[in-house]
Amino acid sequence: MTLLRVEDLRVTFHSGRRRVEAVRGVSFTVGKGECLAIVGESGSGKSVTARTLVGLTGPGSDIEAGRLEFAGRDLLTIGPRGWRAVRGRQIGLVLQDALVSLDPLRTVGAEIAEALGDHDDRRARVLELLAEVGVPEPEQRARQHPHELSGGLRQRALIASAIAAGPSLLIADEPTTALDVTVQAQILALLAQRKATGTALLLISHDLAVVAGLADRTAVMRDGVVVEAGPTAQVLGDPQHPYTRQLLAAVPGAHPRGTRLSGGQAPRVARAASVQRQPVLEARGLTKHFGSRVAVRDVSLTLHPGEILGLVGESGSGKSTVARVALGLLAPDGGDVLLEGRPWSALRERDRRPLRRRIGVVFQDPLSSFDPRHPVERIVAEPLGVIGHPRRDRRRRVLQLLDQVGLGAAVLDRRPIELSGGQRQRVAIARALAPGPALLVCDEPVSALDVSIQAQVLDLLTDLRAELGVAMLFISHDLGVVHHLCDRVAVMRDGVIVEHGPVGPVFAAPVHPYTRELLAAVPRLDVVTPGTAR
Amino acid sequence: MTIVDTTRRVPRVPTAGVVAAGIVLALLLLAVLAPGLLTRTGPDEVDPIIALRAPDGTHWLGTDQLGRDVFTRIVHGARISLVTGIAATLLAVVAGTVLGLLSALGGRIVDEVLMRAVDVLLALPGILLALLVIAVLGPGPVSELVAIAFAAVPGYARMIRGQALSVRRADYVTSAVAIGVRPAGLVWRHVLPNSLGPVLVLATLGTGSAIIIGSSLSFLGLGPRQPTPEWGAMLADGRDFLSTAWWVGVFPGLAITVTVVAVTVLGRRWQRRFEGVR
Amino acid sequence: MSQVRWLLRRLAGGIGVLVGAATVTFLAMELIPGDPARALVGSAPATPQTMDLIRHEMGLDLPLPVRYARYLGRLATGDLGRSYQLQQPVSTIIGEQVWPTVQLALAATVLAFAGAVLVATLTAGRWRAARGIAQAAELVAVSTPSFWLGLLLLSVFAFRLRLVPVGVDQGPAALILPAVTLAVPVGAILTQVLRDGMEGALRQPFVVSVRARGVTEFTLRARHVLRHGLSPAVTLSGWLVGHLLGGAVLVETVFARPGLGRVTLAAISSRDFPVVIAMVLFVAVVFVAVSTAVDGLYRVIDPRLRGASP
Repeated sequence: MTLLRVEDLRVTFHSGRRRVEAVRGVSFTVGKGECLAIVGESGSGKSVTARTLVGLTGPGSDIEAGRLEFAGRDLLTIGPRGWRAVRGRQIGLVLQDALVSLDPLRTVGAEIAEALGDHDDRRARVLELLAEVGVPEPEQRARQHPHELSGGLRQRALIASAIAAGPSLLIADEPTTALDVTVQAQILALLAQRKATGTALLLISHDLAVVAGLADRTAVMRDGVVVEAGPTAQVLGDPQHPYTRQLLAAVPGAHPRGTRLSGGQAPRVARAASVQRQPVLEARGLTKHFGSRVAVRDVSLTLHPGEILGLVGESGSGKSTVARVALGLLAPDGGDVLLEGRPWSALRERDRRPLRRRIGVVFQDPLSSFDPRHPVERIVAEPLGVIGHPRRDRRRRVLQLLDQVGLGAAVLDRRPIELSGGQRQRVAIARALAPGPALLVCDEPVSALDVSIQAQVLDLLTDLRAELGVAMLFISHDLGVVHHLCDRVAVMRDGVIVEHGPVGPVFAAPVHPYTRELLAAVPRLDVVTPGTAR
Repeated sequence: MTIVDTTRRVPRVPTAGVVAAGIVLALLLLAVLAPGLLTRTGPDEVDPIIALRAPDGTHWLGTDQLGRDVFTRIVHGARISLVTGIAATLLAVVAGTVLGLLSALGGRIVDEVLMRAVDVLLALPGILLALLVIAVLGPGPVSELVAIAFAAVPGYARMIRGQALSVRRADYVTSAVAIGVRPAGLVWRHVLPNSLGPVLVLATLGTGSAIIIGSSLSFLGLGPRQPTPEWGAMLADGRDFLSTAWWVGVFPGLAITVTVVAVTVLGRRWQRRFEGVR
Repeated sequence: MSQVRWLLRRLAGGIGVLVGAATVTFLAMELIPGDPARALVGSAPATPQTMDLIRHEMGLDLPLPVRYARYLGRLATGDLGRSYQLQQPVSTIIGEQVWPTVQLALAATVLAFAGAVLVATLTAGRWRAARGIAQAAELVAVSTPSFWLGLLLLSVFAFRLRLVPVGVDQGPAALILPAVTLAVPVGAILTQVLRDGMEGALRQPFVVSVRARGVTEFTLRARHVLRHGLSPAVTLSGWLVGHLLGGAVLVETVFARPGLGRVTLAAISSRDFPVVIAMVLFVAVVFVAVSTAVDGLYRVIDPRLRGASP
């Protein structure tokens, strides 16, 4: 039985004289107890579509539709009072990151109770709901505030508040995006459990793999239009639309290593990863405390020229601390780092400065890693000034570097804010390469990017390694990305490297239980259709 | 989409308010530079016969108890009010910037000492600090200027320090450290310009309150001596004739309010544009 | 941090500010040109011997650190000294004059807060026209010198319309105009801060969650958004109290009301330094007390500051 019917939905936003058509003629249905996933990259209109269904597209939006019906009721004409009756009681909404999606000033229990309205025994029902979504010690948790709970518990509490009034449709907008992979797996299991009890699900996600295990049907959106829709196995296994294929091709974990993710040809340069040469970077027994907390304990790493080492871990594992110590931005409390065989972490900053040209850095958020006032030319040229590159030749060198990362002279005068996410990360790489480093430290360089942009940046890094023979310390929480790009991988947990080795063996036959747990938690495209997704 | 939109939301064409504020400030500037162009007589021309005349064709804003033209005195008073306000603000920004940067970058002991001192000064309202300075230095235009600036310094110092600390922690500064930029280069190229921007914008708004404090001090009789035309002092004169000759007190006050509104409108617009660019 | 440790830290910080304020006043005294003994004697004739005796009694012949220590010691025992002009203990003067000022400041605070909450809640994030008008009014209110506003109100409502009395003896009605004068600029700033806070809260994702529960707009604003807007407004309260006490100098002068503001102004004009210093210290004490109380309130409003571990 069809619960939700959407036909030819159009949403337009007005701001001043500008009109933005966010959704342009989208149609779909969701049946009782069914799960429909809408997948798309940022700006595709998927979240706007979701919010339209609860009447929360906000001021300045125009909604038109051939049909917008829920349980036989026309949602287009119900007015504000009607919407309030639908929200919560008939359609529940779960957003990304409960830390900001629950009122931070109120207790979790109060938030859930609010959704219950005039329930007879609200307190008991709140505890029941918390238990239902798998929150241990509900009595105690109900009295706590969102910031006092872990990310997973928070998200469960948010789900509890969304299902409190017993809606027959639950809309989940990127419900696992901010979470660590093991927690993500738990939340997806919880959503599957809701579905099993008969609640219909509308799952919004940028991640095809998240959708694969849960959705009965999948719709792929791009620029406000559904480009392809059908049973999940068919959409993911036998995609018809080029964009769907491109998206699937861009997922790093789903392809054999070395495949190009963004299409095109790899430059044919033989890579000489020679182990006999001196290591570029050698960390020996690194330890770092912050107050009484041990962030990093006895970590040793070796990087050879032209090699990419992946450092994997969940939030708080200490991987970024290792990166900062490797960069000489943070002094280790124990152990030391050698750069190209010479002392590095033991030097005073004054003595270290001349050596800095041999090690470059690419951060996660390229926007914040550029001085907002400087244009691209100045950003890329700054390290050239530091190494004393002749002033007259700087522009030529900047253009050369930009060309190397696939950007043209057109971006020279732009400020960071005027660039797209992918362009910014390319500029960041060009800047890091400017002084001719032997090593790049990349701290989550693709985590903030859409999957198709991520694919381009990963391909670029692969090419640069091949062309320049630059080694990389690649820090990431994304196992798929690491598997795709890296030669060796080190898995960190609670400040310790628990497993370490070449990517193939570690991913194929993990030894440490934590590595196994991590790998098992990664959502896979091929769960639904073994063998066909590749 | 979201980021580019914020820059576009600032309209290119100035709104009516901004145009009006611009005109007001242009007139004020003229009054500061060449008051003679706007008036026919001098500010101190006393004529007891026409004392306390209501506004008419000859005396647009009436005359005061000594028969001086109120409009003429307001035009000539612009110089003192504006120059005092702007100079005091500049002085405060410079002193605040030096103290704030010292505090942010000079190590923990310097920071502790300076910030505790700033805490103490921030605990006292600006006008009281200004009064204290005047009590020490004695009344007069120079001590008035120093008093206004002194009252504003702790606020700017605190703000610059906060800005500098957050800029110091920003990824782009870390990135500059990682490519080997020297500390002096960091401060000069990244920390100072990025800390100063928002403070300069706020200083425009601060000029407005400096003008108000300045005229308050004059109103209390602690500013320039008679017969210098000063808006606050003129207002104080007008107090005694409120029930008989309202214009003596009302128009100087209006001049202060219009000036401060104009400065604030332009300052806010600058602030919005500035935030849009970032 | 536990509540007790927080309170102890706050108190230590407060005492630090007070000692600092005492030091500032001590330094100001030292910087003042002229002889305090002469100021005490006034224009009365005195032989050099008498002057030396007075100086000795005042401790002026002692070295600077000793005088500083004695000064702090005196303040710690509550001895604020004697007024040069009025020839009575400063504490008596403050005790006599504090009540009218407190009345005025309290009335202004209530007016400012009530007006701010009302206007901000009504105009935050909706009704473009009403919001525009409110913002323009706030701009003018902030830009108007309070002494001028006071004079305008006085001439219109007291002298022309004769709606309100002005004399202090005429009961609470005489408080209306001064309180409004003092409240207008403060209330305008509070409104702006409150509305900014509420509009910031309205843009946060949790608002979508709350709306998605089918809650009414009123409930959303009253139960969730107002509280978020109050946090920044409450932090402003320490500043606000200072502003009110500072503003009292002008408002009391304009309305010829007795009170601490008038006392301060008279003391500054006549260089009656013990009184000036006592006033500075008084304001610092009030500031410390209010901001400590407000910080406590802030922790009630925002549980994140209580710092319980997850």
